Amino acid sequence: MNKPLERLYNGVIKENPTFVLMLGMCPTLAVTTSAINGLGMGLSTCAVLMMSNFIISLLRKIIPDKVRMPAYIVIVASLVTVVELLMQAYVRSLYASLGLFIPLIVVNCIILGRAEAYASKNPPLSSLFDGLGMGLGFTLALTLIGSFREILGKGSIFGFNIMPSFYEPVSIMIMAPGAFFVLAALAAVMNKIRQKKNKPTPEKFCNGCCTECMDDTCSIGKKEEKEE
Amino acid sequence: MNYVTAFILGIINYALIDNVVLCRFLGLCPFLGVSKKTSTAVGMGASVIAVITLSSAITYFINKYALIPLNLVYMRTIAYIMIIAALVQTVEIILKRKMPSLYKALGVYLPLITTNCAVLGVAIDCSQKGFGFFDTMVFSVGTSVGFLVSIVIMAGIRERIQYNKIPKAFKGMPIVLLAAGLMAIAFFGFKGVSFT
Repeated sequence: MNKPLERLYNGVIKENPTFVLMLGMCPTLAVTTSAINGLGMGLSTCAVLMMSNFIISLLRKIIPDKVRMPAYIVIVASLVTVVELLMQAYVRSLYASLGLFIPLIVVNCIILGRAEAYASKNPPLSSLFDGLGMGLGFTLALTLIGSFREILGKGSIFGFNIMPSFYEPVSIMIMAPGAFFVLAALAAVMNKIRQKKNKPTPEKFCNGCCTECMDDTCSIGKKEEKEE
Repeated sequence: MNYVTAFILGIINYALIDNVVLCRFLGLCPFLGVSKKTSTAVGMGASVIAVITLSSAITYFINKYALIPLNLVYMRTIAYIMIIAALVQTVEIILKRKMPSLYKALGVYLPLITTNCAVLGVAIDCSQKGFGFFDTMVFSVGTSVGFLVSIVIMAGIRERIQYNKIPKAFKGMPIVLLAAGLMAIAFFGFKGVSFT
């Protein structure tokens, strides 16, 4: 398999950022009240991720190692601003419903995580495809969770009614607790599959975002225990 | 209503009724990641209170006296994230030099806070809603107290969960998310309360 296709496969299936790596939980839970919101959030993150991976990879030999995190943050923040302004101009309703979570793409763990783990070590083109793959994986996950919650909570998908008329929507699914329940169920399914295939959890990297170091691999947790 | 009452009611409102983690979904990463032990959770919560309060005060003035007069409001995201990153670094250095004991207790959490979306979220939210200085302070203190409350409760629950028998597939992340969902339902109970 050639490189770009391999990166796409890796991002969408093998290392899916939401289902496998459990990255970027805040937008995943907050904006998936409907399928269209999930799709919109996923695509905007995908655009930022692709461009940031590309630019960081181009600059990877220029950026000094010590200040790389601030440098990445500036690059990502500029790209987010571009996406934010574009959305404000062309897709107003989506911009309004995603609200605060568009500027918060800056602190999405997936973006800084990919910059650190992949783009800072690999050539621009494969970094671009890595970003595209990860972004599409994220979009797919968000759209899936969004449709799931919309079907259960409103009886519709992408705004079209699909459930029979006697179906009583479980409106808690589109409210805050429903988000946790859907994700808990998904994570349990992923755990089950992983146990069946006897696959080890994928390699994790610390980028200051804590969800990935949930288990005992967290260096901060370890430091804490040593001191006691 | 005088300022003291408004301050207290505002804090209760943002800490419990409109909880930052369970209703607004900000700061979920540390909420899920650093809530293994109550002691660590308290440390993280305390550092978040300090950083959110400081950063939203600074960003308020930056917004009012630099971004708006210079017509640079579209630079808000970049400006704020840089301010927060610089602030966290400065606080870390000052604590290390001047208060080593406090640094030992809170220092490990500080680098994690830059990428905590609650910090940037609160700063941007205040500017987008056009809050005055008093409202900004109430909002940021209330929000961060809410973060402390929810992360400490979560840590307490997780310390108990350790001794329970859980289905194998639900071990780790899923059971924590399930507990968070139940907590969110409990916090939904506060929604009926209104101070206005």
